[in-house]
Formats: sequence, C-alpha cells, structure tokens
Amino acid sequence: MSGDLSKPRKVNNGIVAAVCLAFFTGMIGMAYAAVPLYKMFCQVTGYGGTTQRAEKQYAGRVLDRDITIRFDANTNGIPWQFEPVARSVTIKIGETTQAHYSATNKFDRPITGRASFNVQPEMAGAYFNKVECFCFTDTTLTPGETLDMPVVFYVDPDIVNVPELKDLKTITLSYTMFPVEKKQPVASSAPAAGSSNKVPDSDASLGG
Amino acid sequence: MAEAAAHDHDDHRPHGWVRWVYSTNHKDIGTLYLIFAIIAGIVGGALSVAIRMELQEPGIQIFSGLAQMVYGMQGDAAIDGGKSMYNAFGAAHGLIMIFFMVMPALIGGFANWMVPIMIGAPDMAFPRMNNISFWLLPPAFILLLSSMFVPSAPGAFGVGGGWTIYPPLSTSGQPGPAMDLAILAIHIAGASSILGAINFITTIFNMRAPGMTLHKMPLFAWAVLITAFLLLLSLPVLAGAITMLLTDRNFGTAFFVPDQGGDPILFQHLFWFFGHPEVYILILPGFGIISHIVSTFSKKPVFGYLGMAYAMVAIGAVGFIVWAHHMYTTGLSLDTQRYFVFATMVIAVPTGVKIFSWIATMWGGSISFKPPMLWALGFIFLFTIGGVTGVQLANAGLDRSLHDTYFVIAHFHYVLSLGAVFAIFAGWYYWFPKMTGYMYSPVIANTHFWVTFVGVNLIFFPQHFLGLAGMPRRTVDYPDAFAGWNMVSSYGSYIAAVGVAIFLYGVFEAFQKKRVAGANPWGEGATTLEWQLPSPPPFHQWEQLPKIK
Repeated sequence: MSGDLSKPRKVNNGIVAAVCLAFFTGMIGMAYAAVPLYKMFCQVTGYGGTTQRAEKQYAGRVLDRDITIRFDANTNGIPWQFEPVARSVTIKIGETTQAHYSATNKFDRPITGRASFNVQPEMAGAYFNKVECFCFTDTTLTPGETLDMPVVFYVDPDIVNVPELKDLKTITLSYTMFPVEKKQPVASSAPAAGSSNKVPDSDASLGG
Repeated sequence: MAEAAAHDHDDHRPHGWVRWVYSTNHKDIGTLYLIFAIIAGIVGGALSVAIRMELQEPGIQIFSGLAQMVYGMQGDAAIDGGKSMYNAFGAAHGLIMIFFMVMPALIGGFANWMVPIMIGAPDMAFPRMNNISFWLLPPAFILLLSSMFVPSAPGAFGVGGGWTIYPPLSTSGQPGPAMDLAILAIHIAGASSILGAINFITTIFNMRAPGMTLHKMPLFAWAVLITAFLLLLSLPVLAGAITMLLTDRNFGTAFFVPDQGGDPILFQHLFWFFGHPEVYILILPGFGIISHIVSTFSKKPVFGYLGMAYAMVAIGAVGFIVWAHHMYTTGLSLDTQRYFVFATMVIAVPTGVKIFSWIATMWGGSISFKPPMLWALGFIFLFTIGGVTGVQLANAGLDRSLHDTYFVIAHFHYVLSLGAVFAIFAGWYYWFPKMTGYMYSPVIANTHFWVTFVGVNLIFFPQHFLGLAGMPRRTVDYPDAFAGWNMVSSYGSYIAAVGVAIFLYGVFEAFQKKRVAGANPWGEGATTLEWQLPSPPPFHQWEQLPKIK
C-alpha cells in the first residue's frame, strides 16, 4: 500500500499476480488438453473397454483355450432394429473370427447410423482386436433395408498374462447404434447426407 | 499502489452506500462477504429443510404442492414437476452451500478480515480486485436462484443433476435454460474465487510485516495460503469442464457426447479433479480457525506448529491425486482402484496429525469452555466421525455397496455441514467481538451450540443407518422400511433450523445490547496480532508496522 509503509519489502505484487494468472491459464489449458490426452490414453491402454483396431490380420499364435464372446446390441435415438445374428460364439484365444450383426431401417426415410462400442470386462478392451468392423465407417440404410454387418476380430493371446483376466471365460462385445444426422445446435450449413462435418473418421469414437 | 496513497489517514473513510459498494477496505469487504454468506446459508438451509420435510414420511409430501404453487402445475404434471423440483432443490442446496455459503464465509469473510491483520499488513495487495471478487458473487447467486424458475427438461424446472452436474443428464437430459444459468453462475462464482485466491497469495507472500517469516505466520494465514493455491490449481479445471458442457449444449461440440466421439466419463474425471481439492478448500480455513481457538482457550501455544502447517500442505498436495475415489463404480481397472484407495487413505495421516495436535494442545492446558471453544471441540469431535466414515468409503470394495447411498450423504455432511460449518461458527464467536466491538451473550451462544449440535447429529447420524440399509441418495421417495430413521432425521433438521434462528437472535441481541468487548476479550491465550488492535480495528490498521519477535 502507501509507499512509506512497504519500504522494507520490494517484491512486485504484479509479478506474483502475473505468475498466479499464468498458473490459472495453464490449468485451463490442461483441462482442455485432457480431452485428446484422455482419448489417446484410452486407445493405447484399452482403458474403459476401448477395443483395439488391429494392424495385423491375425494373432500369430492360437492358444488351446476357449473363450466365449457374447454379442450385445443397443440403439440410441435411431429407429433401427439392430441385433447380433448369433448371441455368442466360443473360439480359441488368438483365433481370428467373423461375427455378424444385422440392422433394419424401420423408418420411412434413409438414415445414417454409426456404432460406438466397448467390451466388458473393460480391461479386456486392450486385448480385443478388431480387424474389420462396420463400426469403422458410417452406414446408410434406405427404408426397410436390412444389412448384414460383419465384424472380424481376434483375442490377443497376451490376455492370459494379465492377473485380472487370466481366468476370464467370457468377453461381451457391445455396440450402440447412434443416428449420424442430428440437429446441430450451431450453424454448420446443412450437413447434407454425409457426415463429414461431424466426425471425419469414426476412429474418433474410440472413447472409453 | 501509488494511487492508494490517497487514503492513508485514519478518518478518511467513505460514508453511506459508497462505503460498501465501492469498498476497497478488506474489513468492509469481509463484512459484506459474511452478510452474503449468512443470507445464502439461510436460503440453502431452507432448501434442505424442505428436502427433509419431503423425506419425513414415505410417499410424496410437499413437493407436488410446491410445484402447484410455484410453477402453477396441475394434476399429474404437478406430481412429476414436484419430483423434478425435489432434484432441483438438492442440486441448488449443494451449489449454494459450497459456492455461496462456506467459501464466502471462510475465504471471503474471515480470511479477508483477519489475514491482513494477522500478518501485519495494512490491507490486501489488490484492494480493488477484492471489491470485484465480492461483487461478482451476488449476480452469480441471482443466476443460480433464477435457474430454479426456468425449465430444464420438459415438465421440469431447475437444475436436477445434483451439484456434480454429470453429463448426459446435464447436456441432452436437460435441454432447457436452467442448466445454462447454473453453469454461468458457477463460472462467475469461480472467477470471484480465482481473483480472491490471487489476492491472498500476493498479500501473504509480499505484505507480511518485517520479521514475520512464513514459519512464524499464524496457522490461519497458512491455511488460507494453501487454500488459495488449491483454488488456483483446481478451479480452472472446473471452469474448463463446465465450459465444455456449455459448448456441448449450445455450440455443437462433442466433448461428452458418445455418439460423436466424446466421453461422458471424462467430465467426471475433470469434475473430481476440481471437486476433491474443493472439499479441502472448504475445510482447510476451518482447520486454521480451530487451531487458533484451541490454542487461545487452552492458554497454550499450538502443539507442533510446523507439523500443523505442513500437514495442511500435505493434505492440499495429496488432495490432487485422489479424485477417482469418487468414481470407483465407473469401471476403473483393479490397479487404478488399488492406487486410489491407497492414496486416499494416506490423507488420513496428515489429518490425524492435525487432530492429535489439537488434542495435544489442549492436554495440560488451562481450558475455558467459552462459546468459540465449544464450537471448536464440537468441530474436532464431529469432523473425526466424518473422517472415520471417509476412511471406510475410501475402500473401493466397501464403496461398491455404499456408493450413492445415504452413508455418503452422512459422511460428507459430517465433514462439511458439521465440520466446516462448526468451524465457521467457531470463528464467528471467536472474532465477532473483534469485528464488531460488541460481546454477544454467552448464554445465547451456548444455547445456539447445543441446539445445533443435537439437531445436526439427529439429522445425519441416522443417515449412516439408512445408507448401510441401502437407501439411495437423490430420490424423492423411499420404501416404508426406511421410514423410522428418516423421521428422526427430519426432526433433527427442524431443531437445527431453530438453531439458526437462535444464532440470528444472538447477533441481533449483541448489536442491541452493545456490550463493549475490549481489545482482547479472551485473555492471555489470544496471541495473534488482531488482538493487539482495538475492537473494532481502525479503518486502516498497522500504520505503525507491528514488530514480530
């Protein structure tokens, strides 16, 4: 305060405040940086049941151990009948397998849908490798059209080395189908039939 | 601060409304904060009493009628609207008590008043910023209150998502403007707190009297310094998270929208990265106050001063790395849960250091049970109970069954409603003679204590039983099996409400009777600098800087 009072001390208040402000802005930045970091973290570690998109087509080795994959399908706000063709399949760990879902558009207009997915138990996400999946792309169904939707996957044999998962008998693969055209709250100039202005690549939906 | 040289005479003070609205005086601003906190506390308390009236018996009691009266709903719409209104009351109660009662009282009120005096400073480092910090709060409060009267979901009014406002309930679940108003209210209250935090850090670092090193600084100033750092590090994360909510709601971003690549769980991580330090922000200034009071009324210096100070540092630091213990049921991996269980339990160590140091301070002391000491003892007792249930809840395995039950409600009300609030009242009765120059009636103060003590324990102790029996929180109705303890709990809240009335009467009585308190009503135990000044302190204090030995 008044100059005569604070003579002994000559540390600038402004500097302390500026450092505090820098901290503040930095933390705001950290909060936003958490978004891509968290996504990367989920993709790399399979955290929260994020499945892996395999580069290889097969595991390289197959264990003599069975594991059951259960299939689950949900819809959210899309008038499709969406369900797995088979409820479950029992395979060897490491074996590359194809499973099928089917979707029927029950609405009177063409609708584009996209599936988000995860697995239970969530820790198995890191070992559940998808080679091919309809969830990698958007799907458009004309009214009444039924489409067979394949997913090709294998379970990484390394799964038996994880203490929590070594006795695992069943993995549940779950999809939720969302409509792609939703009304945008912000003016994004008529999102036509495509979804390019939404999510350029469905890999973005690899959130935990 | 050359322009501040204009008011360096004792008698130069503005009068009338200018003194308060344009105030740059830390004591006046502190008074404004305290008045604001009392008003907000009454509003938040009234909401909680309405909640308890609703839960007094199974079935829907009052909220359908309230929805009819307030929102003009009829028939079934009133029943559904009443249920939503119950949720909105819960959310508003939490937000008001945290952002508009405890924080303004402890940080804006007592810290503004006492920290500059205690460290021998003439005022805060940035007096005008101090003014802005306070005057941001009333508009924020008005925004939050008005959110209760605008639509959220179809057929519902007010934010119904609890104070945690998790998406998707706070995004697609409640498209109406209520949530936007509440988010803006939190933004503004957050800005107020950030400015206050910067002010306190600068003041405490730069404006201590000669000779007052950090290691000689009173524990309350230590507590406020640590609290300010917690605010500075955690509030921006909340601001970021709720800005993401706001843009998700209004501008088409997809931070928390799963079908467009977002993740709702991310909000919980961000929220609790703020939310857990926030609970220490609420309690640390209370720790500081309690240390002074226990020392004053035991007529002994506080036991283990450095341990006390660094225990608070440790609590603040560890508080940043335990956030996911609020999220055990979101599917964390086993190892992650192990880590968060361990880290959470570690906090019990510095907290234990504080509890035992308070007891050791009293040990062998010449204790006088004046009202502030009663409140402080009540604090230590009740906070310890809340701490014990906290250690229980820290266990991921136990939390599976207790998550989102009334056991959690009981736990955090024991540490906050009975901890932080008892600390506020302890501080109030400790510093009221200093701030006003008048002594309150000890009889009224003691009655206030005992009525409140009985009331709040009747409210919250039975909630442990309800939670263990499985009663979920945030529900307007419950099975008949829970009826008994709920009725006890509701009666407790009426008793506590009587306690508030006694408190207000005590304040009125003190101003009416004008018993002169004197510079130091507490005697030799009160050693901090504020007791060397007259009561109330001069408008500008420490024109002669105090000498610290």
